[in-house]
Amino acid sequence: MNRTKVDEEEYWNSSKFKAFTFDDEDDELSQLKESKRAVNSLRDFVDDDDDDDLERVSWTGEPVGRRTRLGSFQSLSDALTDTPAKSYAPELGRPKGEFRDYSNDWSPSDTVRRLRKGKVCSLERFRSLQDKLLLLEEAVSMHDGNVITAVLIFLKRTLSKEVLFRELEVRQVALRHLIHFLKEIGDQKLLLDLFRFLDRTEELALSHYREHLSIQDPEKRKEFLKTCIGLPFSVEDAAHIQDHYTLLERQIIIEANDRHLESAGQTEIFRKHPRKASILNMPLVTTLFYSCFYHYTEPEGTFSSPVNLKKTFKIPDKQYVLTALAARAKLRAWHDVDALFTTKNWLGYTKKRAPIGFHRVVEILYKNNAPVQILQEYVNLVEDVDTKLNLATKFKCHDVVIDTCRDLKDRQQLLAYRSKVDKGSAEEEKIDAILSSTQIRWKN
Amino acid sequence: MAFHHRPDAPELPDFSMLKRLARDQLIYLLEQLPGKKDLFIEADLMSPLDRIASVSILKQHEVDKLYKVENKPVLSSSEQLCFLVRPRIKNMRYIANLVNADKLAGRTRKYKVIFSPQKFYACEMVLEEEGIYGDVSCDEWAFSLLPLDVDLLSMELPEFFRDYFLEGDQRWINTVAQALHLLSTLYGPFPNCYGIGRCAKMSHELWRNLEEEEDGETKGRKPEIGHIFLLDRDVDFVTALCSQVVYEGLVDDTFRIKCGSVDFGPEVTSSDRSLKVLLNADDKVFHEIRNEHFSNVFGFLSQKARNLQAQYDRRRGMDIKQMKNFVSQELKGLKQEHRLLSLHIGACESIMKKKTKQNFQELIKTEHALLEGFSIRDSTSYIEEHIDRQVSPIESLRLMCLLSITENGLIPKDYRSLKTQYLQSYGSEHLLTFSNLRRAGLLTEQAPGDTLTAVESKVSKLVTDKAAGKITDAFSSLAKRSNFRAISKKLNLIPRVDGEYDLKVPRDMAYVFSGAYVPLSCRVIEQVLERRSWQGLEEVLRLLNCSELAFTGGTKDDKAPSESLRLILVVFLGGCTFSEISALRFLGREKGFRFIFLTTAITNSARLMEAMSEVKA
Repeated sequence: MNRTKVDEEEYWNSSKFKAFTFDDEDDELSQLKESKRAVNSLRDFVDDDDDDDLERVSWTGEPVGRRTRLGSFQSLSDALTDTPAKSYAPELGRPKGEFRDYSNDWSPSDTVRRLRKGKVCSLERFRSLQDKLLLLEEAVSMHDGNVITAVLIFLKRTLSKEVLFRELEVRQVALRHLIHFLKEIGDQKLLLDLFRFLDRTEELALSHYREHLSIQDPEKRKEFLKTCIGLPFSVEDAAHIQDHYTLLERQIIIEANDRHLESAGQTEIFRKHPRKASILNMPLVTTLFYSCFYHYTEPEGTFSSPVNLKKTFKIPDKQYVLTALAARAKLRAWHDVDALFTTKNWLGYTKKRAPIGFHRVVEILYKNNAPVQILQEYVNLVEDVDTKLNLATKFKCHDVVIDTCRDLKDRQQLLAYRSKVDKGSAEEEKIDAILSSTQIRWKN
Repeated sequence: MAFHHRPDAPELPDFSMLKRLARDQLIYLLEQLPGKKDLFIEADLMSPLDRIASVSILKQHEVDKLYKVENKPVLSSSEQLCFLVRPRIKNMRYIANLVNADKLAGRTRKYKVIFSPQKFYACEMVLEEEGIYGDVSCDEWAFSLLPLDVDLLSMELPEFFRDYFLEGDQRWINTVAQALHLLSTLYGPFPNCYGIGRCAKMSHELWRNLEEEEDGETKGRKPEIGHIFLLDRDVDFVTALCSQVVYEGLVDDTFRIKCGSVDFGPEVTSSDRSLKVLLNADDKVFHEIRNEHFSNVFGFLSQKARNLQAQYDRRRGMDIKQMKNFVSQELKGLKQEHRLLSLHIGACESIMKKKTKQNFQELIKTEHALLEGFSIRDSTSYIEEHIDRQVSPIESLRLMCLLSITENGLIPKDYRSLKTQYLQSYGSEHLLTFSNLRRAGLLTEQAPGDTLTAVESKVSKLVTDKAAGKITDAFSSLAKRSNFRAISKKLNLIPRVDGEYDLKVPRDMAYVFSGAYVPLSCRVIEQVLERRSWQGLEEVLRLLNCSELAFTGGTKDDKAPSESLRLILVVFLGGCTFSEISALRFLGREKGFRFIFLTTAITNSARLMEAMSEVKA
């Protein structure tokens, strides 16, 4: 029990010889640790021999038999100090086994080992910064994250945050544990302080931003997002944050408006297709889909119009067309679908163009149960003949298959296809008519 | 075709002992709270508990009612409450709320918290802060090894992956070391030990320390398992990110195998109810198809169905005595087989349906292109389209990660545009997910040119320790190049195939990915076992960023029975996939080894991505 002071003394002495590096490989330190370990292992003998501790300590706490006790086991470092060590009487009343559990006397390595075993172990004796850091080093070198965290909890309680942060900055393993610990217990304030201290601005910003996830109320969430806008994100992330805010702002307006329209029951689209969920906090593409579904024809000036969304969020053409197509196809608004791909050149001629490729258009239409006539029209627009034939076969666009085979002068394939169509159907008739035509010069 | 071991393959140790140990320990802990008590169980612990103790066993030890730990008011009227939980902060808050509400109501009860597999100081700190330390007693149930099958032990700690590989928290390393220590106490020391990865190295060191501290426990024991191999998940992310095509992996990807069992829905059972089915070597049908490439499974099942029919048909023309025999002895087995057969046929059908719908063929084609490194542009636009069409967010993320790791990071232009589109399709909050993926090295942006790396290495050599901490951190995503292409070449991961790869008669481990790719993790294990060291693999280690992190060790026992030397325990830190298990089972079969698997949890691409996702689905 009188070793506390002595240990500190020992470390102080060692630090006089050499700047403290806390490097495990450091020779002198590891030698020191070695000898400390040896000394500590002696304690078992010391304690075992000292069965009558009680008699030697007066109730005022003054050690009576100190000299005799140390006499035979005095170590070199003990001899260096003349200051009387203090003992605390109340601790002596405990039975031997328990007494050891509460001992203030363990070396850093013993302490860490006991912690690993899940034993109660007071860390209060590690008061000097050197002792605290030595304890932390010891924990880190043992690799057990639970023990590292235990020591960090103690350090967090007993060191000012400036000192704690400063020391952890050069101890990455321990630092990661502290960050994770703070995240887990939700000490957001200290976490942000830490990131600020470390100059990790992006993590600071992201960490602050993360908080919005726990805010349920849309207005409050929006206000919170507003506070994120000026944070030190990377350039692109800053744009994403701005978009997030703007989107939610729009959604709140649209939601209020549409809820009103829906409950009034005057608008046909809401009557025919009641909304399944609120649009709040949905992704941009979902919002666009929603707007293409319920607000397709609105002028650009309104917040809920698709064109407005497209402009505000710089949605690429491809993405816009895909989403609009899916929405209009779902409503079976084939006219809109048609218009989506029709472009006029300056002479007024119309041309069909799809930024996503017509093969994709066909697939999306098929998924939305478009009728064969519509499918056929778009399958025909697929440029690559093989793809066209495949799609036409897959989606049973008989006319396209038959016409393509005819154009390819592929008699064999047409014959093969004949077996796939219904007996006596119009398709079969058409195939037969072509097969018997004398106009075609078949290639096979 | 089905799974048969060579006749000289060694016997597996009996791992059921682990279940008995865990059960006895739990009973002991429950007895520490004598009298009637209600038991609150954390959801994640229910399935593991199911596998070792029945409700009736709990009842025998005076557990009255069972509750799930969830955020609902507690209606228990019992005088004693026992909580069986993982050491998580949110559980502590839950318990604290409950105890403090009781205190407020002037109610006194006894509370006991049993942490599994161990308690954490952070948890105790919360109990202390909430003012209930001392009101509750704490215990530990060191249940960390659940035998899911004859050759598969799981720690059932899926959070290991995120905790270590994302947050850098080493809290589970002690758990791993303890588990290894337990294994060596029960099954003897391991004469040969190999490992790769930082976590593997630390776990190994801590485990060695434990053995030294408790010296003598394993002394004199004959080793039963000759080799142990520890491997970090981040040594090989690629394999875990691939779509699985062996049956067990495919079932896991499609239905999620949870703690060795799966819930087959009505679409599989062709009835109106779901069925919970245990999937392990006891299921004779499953046992024969689990490691097979999916394309073989249908044929096998229909053959099996025909055989079954023939066996049923035998009863025609039997006399009374024969019939009696048939009914009493064979019929039950046949019926059981019939039931299993129809289940797996149903599962196959359901898988086929789902995979056709999602255009699996095209997906696999893209994956193979990424693995082999051709048509990168096509793959990129394929991923882009996935995102634009709002196909599953997890799937899109997985493909992006696969692209990133195989290509040493995305080129900045692609990274930016894919990220923007991703956020637009699935929500801006995924900004956090991207930050996580970058930190874990799963999805990164290519550095503009190699010059930076040169600067970086120079800088980190020059600067002092203090500054280096900051610099390495800032550069960490750069420092960790995946080098997949070079590794793949070096280790021959993409087999050269002349003509068709015959999946019915696999010739190498690549069959688990349709012959397109040998799992990196398994190849490394194979190479090291062949050499019995890391010698000659220096270049591979360098490319894996593991030059300092590969090690060998062990007790070097001369008396190790030769039988034991053909048993290999592979420890996956951060999870392993069923594809990897199948690949190594195949390797074992070829070489006359048997592999035993110990994993922190079974994983697959979706689980990895979900662990990184900040927005819980």
